[in-house]
Amino acid sequence: MGPVAFVLIAGVAVGSALGLVFKRNPIHGALFLVVNLGSVAALYLTLGAQFLAAAQVIVYAGAIMVLFVFAIMVLIPGKEETGPDPRRAYRVLALPVGAVLLALLVAVVAAGARGRAPAATAAPDGVEAIARLLFTDYLFPFELTSVLLLAAMVGVLVLARRRVN
Amino acid sequence: MPPETWYLALSAVLFCIGVVGVIVRRNPLVIFMSIELMLNAANLAFVAFGHRLGTADGQAVVFFVMAVAAAEVAVGLAIIVAIFRLRRRLSVDDLSLMRW
Repeated sequence: MGPVAFVLIAGVAVGSALGLVFKRNPIHGALFLVVNLGSVAALYLTLGAQFLAAAQVIVYAGAIMVLFVFAIMVLIPGKEETGPDPRRAYRVLALPVGAVLLALLVAVVAAGARGRAPAATAAPDGVEAIARLLFTDYLFPFELTSVLLLAAMVGVLVLARRRVN
Repeated sequence: MPPETWYLALSAVLFCIGVVGVIVRRNPLVIFMSIELMLNAANLAFVAFGHRLGTADGQAVVFFVMAVAAAEVAVGLAIIVAIFRLRRRLSVDDLSLMRW
């Protein structure tokens, strides 16, 4: 455990994220994203967030990615990104833009690390702490979440309906 | 236990990879997956900050982000499927009109 584990998991996370972005076939990208989500779940475990690690695997790697793979299979867009790129000039700019953004973010993080951080207190680990928060302080947003999911479900049904003339 | 700064740096790296993916790719499904990558990077930062401050509030926020992401993916994929039904092609470069 410790720094070695973090470096290993972080390497897997960054590598799979690069695979998602630079692999042409979207189904390969989806599988890379599953690996990435799994490694982030492992990082949650090292931070003592067991509930989120389980939710990450179930909700993201399970439900959301299955939906993505299903959509990729239905739409079969595998051949779309092989031809010449009509807007290559704009897309070449993406790498410098990303590099500048990364430099800015890392500078902010480094500046924060140099500053005086509040003394690290013992983190309330485990499922108990988040369960207590969700059902006390965050009870109203928690209930709103159910309304949101219902609205999304109705919206998807309306969008996916085949219009009969 | 590595310091939380490492987690924040990793979160920044993942977020930037997601940004590059959104700009570079033409397939709306891959762009969508890159957005998920960025959401995950933000989630990691939330959990790291919560761990640093010794509260579970960061984890609660991540829980809500996950719920919103699930709803967003469902609606977004439905929109992509509807566009594909109309156009039979799937490239964001073709989608320049609000309605036709």
